[in-house]
Amino acid sequence: MKITNKVIEQHGLKPEEYSNIKKILKREPNLLELGIFSAMWNEHCSYKSSRKHLKNLPTTGKQVIQGPGENAGVVDIGDDDAIVFKIESHNHPSFIEPYQGAATGVGGILRDVFTMGARPIALLNSIHFGSPDHFKTKSLLNGVVSGIGGYGNCIGIPTVAGETKFNKTYNENILVNAMAVGHAKKNKIFYSKAKGLNKSVVYVGSKTGRDGIHGASMASAEFDDNSEEKKPTVQVGDPFTEKLLMEACLELMKDNSIISIQDMGAAGLTSSSVEMASKGELGIELHLDKVPCREENMTPYEMMLSESQERMLIILEDGKENHAKKIFKKWDLDFVIIGKTTDTNKLTLKYNDEIQGEIPLDALASKAPVYDRKWIKKKITKNKIDFKKIKKIKIEDALIKILSSANHSNKKWITSQYDQMVMCDTAQRSGSDAAIIRIHNKEKAIAVTVDSSTNYCKAHPLTGGKQIVCENWRNLISVGAQPIAITNCLNFGNPEDPKIMGEFAECLIGIKESCEFLNYPVVSGNVSFYNGTNKKNISPTPVIGGVGLIQKLKKPIDHKFKKNNSFIIVVGKTFGHIEQSVFLEEVHSIIDGQPPEINLINEKNNGENVLEIIKKNLVNAVHDVSSGGLILALAEMSMGSEYGVKINKPKHLTNLLKYFFGEDQGRYILEIDKNNLEKVEKILKNNNIFYENIGLTQKEYFEIEKEMRIDIKELYKINNQWYNNY
Amino acid sequence: MKSSVIVFPGSNCDRDIAIALEKMQFKNQMVWHKETKLPKSDLIVVPGGFSYGDYLRSGAIAGKSLIINEVIKAANEGCLILGICNGFQILTETGLLKGILLRNKNLKFINEDINIKVINNNTKFSNKYKENQVLKINIAHNEGSYFTNSDHMKELKNENLIAFKYCDKNGNINENSNPNGSLENIAGIFNSKKNILGMMPHPERMTDKLISNTDGVNLFSSLLK
Repeated sequence: MKITNKVIEQHGLKPEEYSNIKKILKREPNLLELGIFSAMWNEHCSYKSSRKHLKNLPTTGKQVIQGPGENAGVVDIGDDDAIVFKIESHNHPSFIEPYQGAATGVGGILRDVFTMGARPIALLNSIHFGSPDHFKTKSLLNGVVSGIGGYGNCIGIPTVAGETKFNKTYNENILVNAMAVGHAKKNKIFYSKAKGLNKSVVYVGSKTGRDGIHGASMASAEFDDNSEEKKPTVQVGDPFTEKLLMEACLELMKDNSIISIQDMGAAGLTSSSVEMASKGELGIELHLDKVPCREENMTPYEMMLSESQERMLIILEDGKENHAKKIFKKWDLDFVIIGKTTDTNKLTLKYNDEIQGEIPLDALASKAPVYDRKWIKKKITKNKIDFKKIKKIKIEDALIKILSSANHSNKKWITSQYDQMVMCDTAQRSGSDAAIIRIHNKEKAIAVTVDSSTNYCKAHPLTGGKQIVCENWRNLISVGAQPIAITNCLNFGNPEDPKIMGEFAECLIGIKESCEFLNYPVVSGNVSFYNGTNKKNISPTPVIGGVGLIQKLKKPIDHKFKKNNSFIIVVGKTFGHIEQSVFLEEVHSIIDGQPPEINLINEKNNGENVLEIIKKNLVNAVHDVSSGGLILALAEMSMGSEYGVKINKPKHLTNLLKYFFGEDQGRYILEIDKNNLEKVEKILKNNNIFYENIGLTQKEYFEIEKEMRIDIKELYKINNQWYNNY
Repeated sequence: MKSSVIVFPGSNCDRDIAIALEKMQFKNQMVWHKETKLPKSDLIVVPGGFSYGDYLRSGAIAGKSLIINEVIKAANEGCLILGICNGFQILTETGLLKGILLRNKNLKFINEDINIKVINNNTKFSNKYKENQVLKINIAHNEGSYFTNSDHMKELKNENLIAFKYCDKNGNINENSNPNGSLENIAGIFNSKKNILGMMPHPERMTDKLISNTDGVNLFSSLLK
């Protein structure tokens, strides 16, 4: 096949990139080689637009064992325990084929975690759909939720937390981000870097088929009206095989047989072999006639670019081949030696001993293009919302409107489709600020959560980036965990548009500021650009996944009120910031103004003090105040509990709507027993933490002095209607 | 008491049940599906999960596996057999238990804490429970809707072979307290000799207060008696 301009374009390569390839090879590439360049140089694999900005993120810390650059990040949680975790996007495939797209998103992120020697212990997800009344939304929601459940339930890893949001910005490009968390022994972490010459390169797992060819390139371009035609680029998941592969790998990892291991994710056999060899500064030779194939007459081109799932590449120590083969046979998986490491620094591909292609490895890895794309600062709106002009509404009516909206309804319809309990270590399931997973056979536990704030990031990317890290941190604090580190999934539009690149750059500055100040490093992540259809980009959506540690889990703490007549304290000051709030969006359909400001000093002080109070066992319930403000947080603490609240009228703010619905940051609500009140106040006063005593819990009713009084069962009912009626 | 847990490819509650058994002082062994001999056991557990990916039909392939012949043999000799979730589905596929588990009536996977009522507490599996005791227990399945023919249903009732029924927290058995559409709210049944119990809910998930509750403990302690 002749390499014409059209062929080059079909491979997603720019003319200048193609001339660069010719320069590197000192000749024209053949089709196989062109395919490999296209797979390695696309945005998804090369991070060519984002690399320059990602470099600025803080990635080290006392507890960081492995930062970005490996299959997943690794942190130290004391003794010989380590936690391995990462989040990844599967947006494009999920929009084309929601069930398989979401399922293979889960499968892919699980492989990233167990490749490193960790047994996965928890799955999380952040899924974003278009407006509920968009014609595609319902079927996408159904498909994605059953795909996530279908994979996680079958493989037997609990899906414990997540977020589901609706916003018209995702009408033509949904987001499906999946996060996996695993537990490993600190001295038993496996890496992808190859070592040693003439070592066996082994292919294990499923056979290679024609599915997912060019998946990574597809994920590196915008959609248009013909996006449906891209269906064949979506991979098909088989969680049963993944379960076998996981067990076989973990069994082989018990001894010292493996030098390096890498899963075949995006760009399959190409990226896995290139990554292993280039990190080890070696060469690699593959005999493609040996690759186990699912279909007949597959070409080297198809084999190298297939994204068939549930496959791994392993480099074995000498003499361990039979031992390893026995394990994979036991699990009925393919095990074939398909090549060896060499000293050529080249990727050499042979078929029946004939060379089919040869590329210097550094051209595919370290010398892959890096762009310093032009970016412009976001023009920040000067619009001020004149609250006096906004239609009057009763507090109760506004609350009911929010509680019955798609975005703020109870998500039981979704979470009951996920097995949250398998493995028997889930101490706190989804629905709280963060899920809690006990470390098997230990007293300690980890807390995990994922968060995003689309509207804030759209209005002011820098503040939005800052805010989302803080909210994530707060969620971990709220369940009594010391936050350790994050993983991020950066979902943005087309980076070739300077405005979009500006959103990306500014969000990252915000993330960096918060991470640095809170000592909350980024240890892994993923960038997903080109989220948009027909030049319409999605709003910037960085998703943050956080992990924290609970040293001794005695009793999980959650947000539900526990007792009658206990004190309700708000830590952090309420100013009544109403712009960009859920109140304006859901009640008045206004999305305007600025997101609330982040005061990192207060954020840190408030959080640390709340954590101390929780650790001293002085609270019954804790909830962070986020979107929806005080009143939504109070309602969430009441619904599903036997106790509601009796809230006094605030003294310092006269506008009640702003007081109750304002989204000022850095706040927590604490439920405190009468006999603990003095101790808690003493801690807060000694550390100069602003707090307010706003009322008491009471049986049955949710009440605001002289404003509203409603049965909490009624609130619960309202909150549980949306999904059942959709 | 000696117990064996059968491990099929795709089983995923095998570790959970093993831990629960060991906590209750069973001497437990894991038995791989390709084995052709069972270790001497007083109790054999067929655990939950997705044996063989639930391909073809849940439990169908496991019901034809090598080790299952040994399980059938042991069952006929009076060994105690407990099938949980996918294990229950497998036991119905082997014919050791009659009836079948159909797709949940809402056609979705359901994971929830629900309530069940102890219908027959006069068996080796349930003697530590009180009759009509209400338990809070976790379910996690796609195909949990129990169905059988009317002759067998008569037999189940006449011979007191219904182990558990889905109910609400006050013990009311009705359509609202039936999570998956099971015939007469059936959550678990015995065979006619009452040495085999199949149930959809997961007792092994209810043996630790920190994680859930301890409503499952008495099932295992009943067996120890």
